[in-house]
Amino acid sequence: MNLLKLPGVSAALLVLLLLAAWQATFMLAGAVAIASPSATFAYLAEHLPDLLPHVWATGQAFLYALVIAIAGGLLLGLVTGLSATAAETAEPLLLAANSIPKIALYPVVLLLFGIGLPAKVAFGAIHGVIPVAIFTMNAARGVPPVLLKTAAVLHLSPADRIRSILLPSALPEVLTGVRLGFSLTLIGTILGEMFGSQSGLGYLLMTSIGLQNTQIIMAVTVLLIAFAAIVSTALLAWERHLRLRR
Amino acid sequence: MSRITVYRALAVAIPLALVELACRVGWIGALTLPPPSQMVVGLWGILKSGVMNAAMLETFRNVVVAFAGSVVAGVAAGALIHAVAPLRRLLEPLFSTYYAVPIYGFYPLFIVMFGLGDKPEILIGFMLAVVAVITATLSGLDSVPRVLVKTARVLRLDPVRAAWRVTLPYAAPQLFTGVKLAAAYSFIGVIGAEFIMSQSGLGYEIRFAYDNLDNTVMYPLILLVLVVAVAMNGALDAWDRRLRARRSVGR
Repeated sequence: MNLLKLPGVSAALLVLLLLAAWQATFMLAGAVAIASPSATFAYLAEHLPDLLPHVWATGQAFLYALVIAIAGGLLLGLVTGLSATAAETAEPLLLAANSIPKIALYPVVLLLFGIGLPAKVAFGAIHGVIPVAIFTMNAARGVPPVLLKTAAVLHLSPADRIRSILLPSALPEVLTGVRLGFSLTLIGTILGEMFGSQSGLGYLLMTSIGLQNTQIIMAVTVLLIAFAAIVSTALLAWERHLRLRR
Repeated sequence: MSRITVYRALAVAIPLALVELACRVGWIGALTLPPPSQMVVGLWGILKSGVMNAAMLETFRNVVVAFAGSVVAGVAAGALIHAVAPLRRLLEPLFSTYYAVPIYGFYPLFIVMFGLGDKPEILIGFMLAVVAVITATLSGLDSVPRVLVKTARVLRLDPVRAAWRVTLPYAAPQLFTGVKLAAAYSFIGVIGAEFIMSQSGLGYEIRFAYDNLDNTVMYPLILLVLVVAVAMNGALDAWDRRLRARRSVGR
């Protein structure tokens, strides 16, 4: 049991557990429904170069979407979080916006932007921006008033106020929002590619769903899970580090 | 409070009015976005004629099944994982990355396993929702003070009464956050699955109207989905507030 406390061991065990569940599903459902782990990894090993253009296409759209989601979320969160009235006004609206099935908005995005990169970016960004805004708003509200008063007494400029008080105090919670925003932006970008593009991993996923090519479906899923797991584990570690330091 | 309500109404009404104006003046083409007022009229017509009743009923029923299943399974799994520390250490990284996994990628698998229809759609909604309930249950159980758990044990409360009188009141706020998320995610999952591949339901109807460039059906239906999602969220939120208010009075 003590072995489990080592982070590497428990992560490896989790991966093994998931692979076992995957293999079991394959044995239950058959190759028509799902590619086996071995077939998927064999496919990945052989065809990774063919997938790379799609990876780049998705990566580019995702990066733009993430920058917009984080910048927009921070701005929205800070503007609303710094005034109690604005925060109280905005909170239920943001929570309601968060509960909307954004996939239903897809036709609107497509009609506004046309098929291609802007539509993917917009769809990724609308998925990610709201969680970043919600967490940033709550983080800004949670800054101890005594610190803000101290800043007022010391006549700090707004820039100094943000740099030396707001940011250090709010960063861990903002980071939680960014982590959620990261995940949702990735899903949003992939969903955007599924319906409105001619390139990227989402497009590949959608065409493979149509052709019932289970090897490509699982290969793309594995790539996405690996990427998401690595980044969100790193963000989580950073967040814990910041919280511990406080 | 009423001042806040006015601000809130303005924050919704002003952008809506601007969009309406932009559509009426012609800055936004009628093919891109019809004026919001026209969508409302269209939605009213659809609701009155009843052509979408079957699709609505099917979608809402599937959402309710996915939601109820995720709450029951999520609370049970959360309680189990909370009780077994090694299991929790093992699964925690899974929960923290879960929402970056494109669950819709598993939809074709579910279709092959269960056939096209309600089951794979419900399963997608369930899978999106259940982990939110599990993590909410875990953080809810974490917030129960140790001393109260020990008190319950000293007083020899049986597990059911201990859960009812000690655990639930303390875990309820976090738990309810999970329930709210589960409702939203079930809806998102079912609509999304219908949108990707299905033969009926609201998501399918929106997709069908979109593929046929039928804006007179598509936009009212999108409006309907938005209104239902926001109303569901608002109702759960109001209930949550009432529970919290009662709790703080009781202290």
